[in-house]
Amino acid sequence: MSSITTRDAPRGFSAAEYMTCLTGIVWREGLRFLHQRERFVSALVRPLVWLFIFAAGFRQVLGISIIPPYETYILYEVFIAPGLMAMIQLFNGMQSSLSMVYDREMGNMRTLLVSPLPRGFLLFCKLLAGTAVSLLQVYAFLIIAWFWDITPPPIGYLTVLPALILSGLMLGSLGMLISSGIKQLENFAGVMNFVIFPMFFASSALYPLWRVQEGSPYLYYVCEANPFTHAVELIRFALYGQINWISLAVVGACTIVFMIAAIYAYDPSRGLARRGPAGGEG
Amino acid sequence: MTSPAPIAEPRETPRLDPAAVPALSIDGVSHSYGPRRALIDVSFNVRPASFTALLGLNGAGKSTLFSLITRLFGIQTGRVGIFGHDVGRTPGEALRLLGVVFQPRTLDLDLSLTQNLLYHAALHGISRREAATRSAELLARIGLSDRAGSKVRDLSGGQMRRLEIARALLHRPRLLLLDEPTVGLDVKARADIISHVRQLVTEQGIGVLWATHLFDEIMPSDDLVVLHQGKVLAQGPMSRVITEAGAQDVNTAFMRLTGAQMMPGGGA
Repeated sequence: MSSITTRDAPRGFSAAEYMTCLTGIVWREGLRFLHQRERFVSALVRPLVWLFIFAAGFRQVLGISIIPPYETYILYEVFIAPGLMAMIQLFNGMQSSLSMVYDREMGNMRTLLVSPLPRGFLLFCKLLAGTAVSLLQVYAFLIIAWFWDITPPPIGYLTVLPALILSGLMLGSLGMLISSGIKQLENFAGVMNFVIFPMFFASSALYPLWRVQEGSPYLYYVCEANPFTHAVELIRFALYGQINWISLAVVGACTIVFMIAAIYAYDPSRGLARRGPAGGEG
Repeated sequence: MTSPAPIAEPRETPRLDPAAVPALSIDGVSHSYGPRRALIDVSFNVRPASFTALLGLNGAGKSTLFSLITRLFGIQTGRVGIFGHDVGRTPGEALRLLGVVFQPRTLDLDLSLTQNLLYHAALHGISRREAATRSAELLARIGLSDRAGSKVRDLSGGQMRRLEIARALLHRPRLLLLDEPTVGLDVKARADIISHVRQLVTEQGIGVLWATHLFDEIMPSDDLVVLHQGKVLAQGPMSRVITEAGAQDVNTAFMRLTGAQMMPGGGA
């Protein structure tokens, strides 16, 4: 233990210190995830139920024509796989934000925010950690889906990775932004109804958009404007080694906007301060 | 980005006498939650290597003050300095000199003792190897070495508090804040924690701000700050505060100053 030294001048933080902090936050999030096996199982069961049951029942109803990036007729299961991958990330992003509300109520968030490193950086690390967890879930899903004859080209497993990181960051920042506005844990049920379900159903996750357009042009525009649609399409094309530039641009722009807004919302002088003391007042 | 990047500034204001720089300086701080005023023009200092007790009833504003010092809330009016570093302007430099034990528990219950410590070290940019050495040292010091790999959930309340104090010391701060750290502990655990923290003051020269509503945790040699309904009513060495209030002991002095009722469980 050191004793008192003379006063030190500001020395800032080295790149190594930033790196240590980042790996520490990701490591802790990974540990917590491993300790919550139920969370992992439910994260996997949800898309698998869609894949095994919903898709099997639905494929007779909905014919899929040949649309990019697919080069042949495909089974409905193959079509919805990217949508289900994005769904895993959507739930994970919202769940991470739920855990932030929980952390804030329980005081764990204080441990993070009292770190001397810049708050924006800390929140960014938290987002990356959440995204890393979602990658574990998505790849576990892909392995199981492979046995269900969803077999994208081998290179697709690699090319989809950057797409998944970007979409994970976008959905994670959206979750963080929402969590900053939630005062209590109970309010989170509303997020399910007003964010997760509309985003998922009004997107290209379950049906190709040209089908939607035939049914309702207005819904088509809603789907087109939904960032989740573009996350799905980005993943779909990347899984077949292609880039959907429009989706890339939309997801990239949304990530930046959501992230800046989330970090702004967690600014001490604005976001948290308005709510009064967290935890015990004394 | 929310806070100015704490990049080293060459134009540092020179301070000639390091002893003259207070460990913590609170200068004209006021804070409101909407119309409710939680702190009103609060000013006091904590000297290095001193034990300062922040005495106040529940709701006096102690936790709000702690949240301002630790940058959880933005400072609305006034200034908070840690060894001369302004918390509002250079939070990074200020916070790295600060260790804090909050009133609610802030440990990861499902992680082990060591994992909790390593996570905290990482948040301060301390390398893994160094962090492992320091964690082992600190666990030995608080007598929990043999529990290093157990889950925090399995610890007693007193052990958790000791772990939180060890964690707060991991990055070798020179100012330690503790917000009612003995709440909910039995007599033995309380005494252990108080003597441990007092040792830190005498042996390592750490400045301590100890928020409490329990009079028997304060000793005559301590500095005292009496906070009541958001205002500082008295401050200085405990003996002086008592004399100035025209009282015989801290209990009476506190009640004269605040006109408060005898606190259940708070009296000597």
